[in-house]
Amino acid sequence: MTPLETLAREAQALGDGVIPIRPDPSRGAAAEAEVARVLQICNACRYCEGFCAVFPAMARRLEFPKADIHYLANLCHNCGACLHACQYATPHEFAVNVPRAMAQVRAKTYADYAWPAAFGKLYERNEMTVALALAAGLALFLGLAVVRNGTLWHVPMAGNFYAVFPHQLMVGLFAPVFLFVCFALGVGVTRFWRDVSPQGRVSSRRAPESGAERHGWVPAFAGMTFEGSAPAAGEALRNALSLKYLDGGHGEGCNEADDRFTLWRQRFHHATFYGFMLCFAATSVATLYHYAFGWRAPYGYTSLPVLLGTAGGLGLLVGPLGLGWLNVKRHPQHGDAAQKAMDHGLIALLFFTSLTGLALLALRGTGAMALLLAIHLGFVLALFLTMPYGKFAHGAFRAAALLKWAVERREPTRLKLGSQ
Amino acid sequence: MIDILVIGGGNAALCAALTAREAGASVLLLEAAPRDWRGGNSVHTRNLRCMHDAPQDVLTDAYPEQEYWQDLLKVTGGQTDEALARLVIRESSRCRDWMRRHGVHFQPSLTGTLHLSRTNAFFMGGGKALVNAYYRSAEKRGVQIRYDAPVSRVELDSGRFVAAFVGNERIEARSCVVASGGFESNLEWMRDAWGRNERGEWPADNFAIRGTRYNLGVVLKDLLAQGADAVGDPTQSHCVAIDARAPLFDGGICTRVDCVSLGIMVNREAMRFDDEGVDFWPKRYAIWGRLVALQGGQIGYSIIDAKAIGRFMPPVFPGQKADSLPQLARQLGLPEAALLQTVNEFNAACRVGTFDHAVLDDCHTEGLSPAKTHWALPIDTPPFYGYALKPGITFTYLGVKVDEHAAVHFAGRASPNLFAAGEVMAGNVLGKGYTAGVGMTIGTVFGRVAGVFAAVAVGALGNSVQGAKSDAT
Repeated sequence: MTPLETLAREAQALGDGVIPIRPDPSRGAAAEAEVARVLQICNACRYCEGFCAVFPAMARRLEFPKADIHYLANLCHNCGACLHACQYATPHEFAVNVPRAMAQVRAKTYADYAWPAAFGKLYERNEMTVALALAAGLALFLGLAVVRNGTLWHVPMAGNFYAVFPHQLMVGLFAPVFLFVCFALGVGVTRFWRDVSPQGRVSSRRAPESGAERHGWVPAFAGMTFEGSAPAAGEALRNALSLKYLDGGHGEGCNEADDRFTLWRQRFHHATFYGFMLCFAATSVATLYHYAFGWRAPYGYTSLPVLLGTAGGLGLLVGPLGLGWLNVKRHPQHGDAAQKAMDHGLIALLFFTSLTGLALLALRGTGAMALLLAIHLGFVLALFLTMPYGKFAHGAFRAAALLKWAVERREPTRLKLGSQ
Repeated sequence: MIDILVIGGGNAALCAALTAREAGASVLLLEAAPRDWRGGNSVHTRNLRCMHDAPQDVLTDAYPEQEYWQDLLKVTGGQTDEALARLVIRESSRCRDWMRRHGVHFQPSLTGTLHLSRTNAFFMGGGKALVNAYYRSAEKRGVQIRYDAPVSRVELDSGRFVAAFVGNERIEARSCVVASGGFESNLEWMRDAWGRNERGEWPADNFAIRGTRYNLGVVLKDLLAQGADAVGDPTQSHCVAIDARAPLFDGGICTRVDCVSLGIMVNREAMRFDDEGVDFWPKRYAIWGRLVALQGGQIGYSIIDAKAIGRFMPPVFPGQKADSLPQLARQLGLPEAALLQTVNEFNAACRVGTFDHAVLDDCHTEGLSPAKTHWALPIDTPPFYGYALKPGITFTYLGVKVDEHAAVHFAGRASPNLFAAGEVMAGNVLGKGYTAGVGMTIGTVFGRVAGVFAAVAVGALGNSVQGAKSDAT
């Protein structure tokens, strides 16, 4: 066959929506192969460079090995801007859909880097995972309440929930779960970091790789010098806390149902994230009160823990509700429809954790306190149990990708495109 | 009856529709394509060439009128209308705030396009983002929009627009702006225009169309047949050498191959045929399409070695890669001995100084014809790469003659109510050649001019003033 015929054949293949790229024969690599195919087109176009960090990061590369694909996929915030602006999106035969291709790889990131590895499978059946965790949480606390107190309905106890579940019992249950969540996510993100930053290890002044290092136990930022990493870490933190890459690059926001820009996703996500952090702060303050000052719950409605918790709880009602509403109305080509169940799982757990918490606060002086407390704790436990194996993990990997980008963009590029 | 009918759905059409609507006219826009393919060639664009006398937001330094005019004069070889060209240049300095008001966002020049940071304002997200913004603005302002509405013919009464036909539907309007693009997607017309060459080939059969498949030139042909004055040569166009594997339509920007100036370009006989290093690639990329079109088989081969890798924008399709030149010749289907001789002669003629492809450097050939005047480095470091290139037509320059009001001329007389904007009249300014971003500038400026004078033609400007007065009373 002459080269021209080969070229013609490849052009024919284009008609079938296939760009000739190095084939990856390994099974299960389809998501990564699609990102590599799409980025090969994007890298020759680059019109979307102003929207977010993904495209400038892409432009620093000529090839896209697996680790880089996972890095770029997690840098993508699924804002949708590049899909609506894409001259190669369907119905074009190139069928470029960056947000979807990236979302499909992210699902793989979460599963591949899950710790323990066997739990990665939980992502595949996330509805089941959430439902089982919830059932377990509810059964545990409802059962405990009945066993300990003989009944779920009781004479009012002036909000003293330690009468139902002693402080020690709650600490004994939640502290290990919380530590496990931190550890599991920490191990996953550390491994992710090490894979996407091989040069970080080269420049590391640490001793040669130890057994612990091989097993992913080193701190995530090993290999970065403090002087070099402080501005980058600060920038990554700002970008994460402000959700910079949901602003569309121009400040008008991202896309939801169509090519219009809106800031509502950024706002609802802020309500959710800062709501969560306020609730976390409420718990932290209460812990401080308990151990440092010996002030025991329940705390008054105007006390700091309750004020923080109430404000956070309201954020966790509005935020997840708004995100859920936007999620349902998203343009059908955005993201990966298969992951909606996972999104909805986290949204529902956050919303009901908050709703039951606020209900408990409002009705803690009544005979329903024990029942409400058991339900609330059931939701909290389910939320925490599923954190490393559900949508919650996106925050950890996204933050790592943002840090990687903040570090990388300070390094000189290896390409010399010059005046081209 | 509608005040103003806009035929077309790309940048120029949208600029005309928005401007006319702002002037108070009722506007109906007819886009031939379905909604998913709306916007014509504009969706493949990325920037606008702008005159400015001092740094302006995304534009660095200054790009004064005289320099802009000299650039246009140079690329067109003088085949331009100075009055219209200067109108485009001056208005290019004033249109961006208006564009922003309609939702267009600008950004600094893209990675690898630093050379354009002074002259060209880039659209954030490219032309499709711009087109989306204009359609949103048009909808918001009450411009009526119809997709899948190709105009088959126009009814004129001695140079005066009366109605347009979409199928059997007759749409009357008091004034009309034609912004329906060139004829490059009409492959038969292209074949006829280019004819048969001395080798017996039909060159246009080997062309790809870089943009929309909907620029069939139906309205252009109809207007010319009804006596509209023509400008431009039907074989002249924005014509780029693109990857030979590009799809027939809508390959857009990503099918270009930017390594020509870093190596040598040969034809299918493995002979060089032009100076690859005469100027920066962005100033020359629109020359090579035509140069390749004049070669046998309408094909050329860009040959580079390992030294060039990482110095040019990565092409969408991987090139042929080989560890030796004979092997590369075999992979590309080029005569082996001829390629070796061409490369050897080239390598021997290279006078290597200090290579820097960011400036017009001092690496050149001596005693070689054609010479390579800059960036001449011997092709000697394996692996070697080769890309087959063919002509890719962006848009054609044959169009209708207009004046500074964008009015279409019939036998030297301006129509009172028929105006043209965009590619259908770009030939007034671009007789040949191209310089980056000038197509969008012509479309934007003439779109707005056409919108204003179409509104004037129907008295809409007066109406809106009167309307405002009566609202106040």
